Amino acid sequence: MLVNTIKPFLLAAASATFLATVPHTDPGTVSFETRRTDTLHYPERFGFGKPVSAEKIAAIDIDVRPDGKGLPAGKGNAVIGKQIYAVKCSACHGASGTEGPNDRLVLGDTTSAKNRRVKTIGNYWPYATTVFDYVRRAMPFNQPGSLTDEEVYSLTAYLLHANGLISEKTELNASTLPKIVMPAKKYFVPDDREDGPVVK
Amino acid sequence: MDIGKDKPLSGRISRRKLLGGAATAAVVLVQTATGKAFQAGVSVAELDDPTKIPGVLPGTVGTRSSFEQPVKKPSPTSSRTPLQDLYGTLTPSDLHYERHHGGVPAIDPAKFELVIHGMVERPMVFTLADLKRFPSVSRLAFLECSGNYRGANDGKITPQDICGLTSQSEWTGVALSTLFREVGVSEKATWFLAEGGDAAVMTRSVPMSKGWKDAIIAYAQNGEAVRPEQGYPARLFLPGWEGNTSIKWIRRIEISDQPFMTREETSKYTEQVGPAKIRQFSFTMDARSIITYPSYPARVEKGWIEIRGIAWSGRGKISRVEVSTDAGKSWHLAALQEPVLDKSLTAFRYLWQWNGGPTEIMSRAVDETGYVQPFYKQLLAARGGNMGYHFNPVTAWYLQSDGQVLFRST
Ligand code: HEC
Repeated sequence: MLVNTIKPFLLAAASATFLATVPHTDPGTVSFETRRTDTLHYPERFGFGKPVSAEKIAAIDIDVRPDGKGLPAGKGNAVIGKQIYAVKCSACHGASGTEGPNDRLVLGDTTSAKNRRVKTIGNYWPYATTVFDYVRRAMPFNQPGSLTDEEVYSLTAYLLHANGLISEKTELNASTLPKIVMPAKKYFVPDDREDGPVVK
Repeated sequence: MDIGKDKPLSGRISRRKLLGGAATAAVVLVQTATGKAFQAGVSVAELDDPTKIPGVLPGTVGTRSSFEQPVKKPSPTSSRTPLQDLYGTLTPSDLHYERHHGGVPAIDPAKFELVIHGMVERPMVFTLADLKRFPSVSRLAFLECSGNYRGANDGKITPQDICGLTSQSEWTGVALSTLFREVGVSEKATWFLAEGGDAAVMTRSVPMSKGWKDAIIAYAQNGEAVRPEQGYPARLFLPGWEGNTSIKWIRRIEISDQPFMTREETSKYTEQVGPAKIRQFSFTMDARSIITYPSYPARVEKGWIEIRGIAWSGRGKISRVEVSTDAGKSWHLAALQEPVLDKSLTAFRYLWQWNGGPTEIMSRAVDETGYVQPFYKQLLAARGGNMGYHFNPVTAWYLQSDGQVLFRST
């Protein structure tokens, strides 16, 4: 059942207050959140806005999910990525990705105590797909959105390789990238803070 | 400057004064016969007695008094609200804090479009005019960046430096639930991606439950269009949640059945708690308060002092604020300024007589869920020694016997 097919719901107190409190125990089949934002005689649809074409969506739908949904065709590897990195990224992230001046991208020597507190792709990022998604949408910082998908695959491969996660030869594409298991994934837990007195 | 035809109403303001002479005491607005306002220097004598010079005529846009210069404090990545210079709970829009990851984009409202697609019956695009036709909602709410705590060993740090990434506005727009219904969101949807149209193409995943509950696509702030720095022409606004999730310059919402694990919800805006745990999707802002007067850099005199501040909670209403004037040994209830609103800044005050002896004053907020704002040490212990996002400790101010007020960690 789709939420929009629900009959308009009459708020007991017909006030205009946004978020009027409606008891959660009200009978019905829809979630209380749906009902309490309704107002009197809310139509099923207002008819404002226009349908959007698949082409128009495709032009701006650039996100990549951890399951690989959204990854484009194409491929790349760290050997090629290293060359692109030197030209397009090293000025801000350092020759080896550790020197800055901007965010450190490579963990480097993991035995050094100093590096254990550093957060990088190698020891902090839970998903490899995020590297692709972020670099494609936001980097290089001064020319965002300028990289081709092939370049992004290679840069992703280079950053994963430089962090010791894949070999120099590994080909990254829409099916291999989501399969990479990141070391930090096991540390991630959803927020466990709750309403009430416990400080977490 | 030719003022031939465009003469000021007051004949006593000479051309020399308009150009600003050596005796200029202040720059004030002067209105001309044709209604143009311009700045002019006025002599000390004229300022001394405003009853002896006609004032400025009504204008098209008001201005802040030239004697008042509250300013945000910018860094390359953010700009902080001058909390110590403000009164009450509303942040003037031009002093609302800024945090963005790719600068403030210039967006033509006529070209603005919000696309909603993914797990929906009808993928749709809405113009700004479309959004404004829907039933509207307005609410006051604070907005706070979750990376909003700083200290300083020498104590020379203002509320603006400590937690100036907190501001409050009235937000007006269309409830996101209204748009969800319009596009026919699938019942199986559990998360949506919100994406901005800035150079960072900022993205965050948000649970659908928040979208249905109280999310707004806001096009107005404090009665006028949203400011560019706050997301013009339209932004997502999620009351009580960490600021980053309220995606500005919103261009796209994709309905999904899983989070997208964007960079801002993995590499950033997550916090280490203990040796081997990284907390993610910690959306809610915990209760917090800060005394904004007296605070650094103020100097105070002994005698009556009204201790003033603000308190807020992302979990609901503030139920009380406690104030201590003896470094936390005893606590007193502060008066709360009505109305006390859900997920909104609440002003508090406590009248106190200072005997001039050195002491520490501090405030702690308690919200309606019973959460008590922790001390710094308590919070650090609860996080296993890690600092990071969502740091909301009690802030103390040390009053030296000479009246100087300095920050103290708790
Ligand atoms: C002009 C400077 C500049 C250039 C060139 C640049 N970056 Fe960045 N990069 C930045 C800045 C600044 C940030 C932090 C942005 C933020 O926090 O919002 C960043 C962040 C990143 C991050 C996220 C780091 C983290 O830990 O969250 C990655 C990955 C990255 N850049 C990759 C690249 C790649 C790949 C290139 C080359 C294609 C590149 N950058 C080029 C400035 C730059």
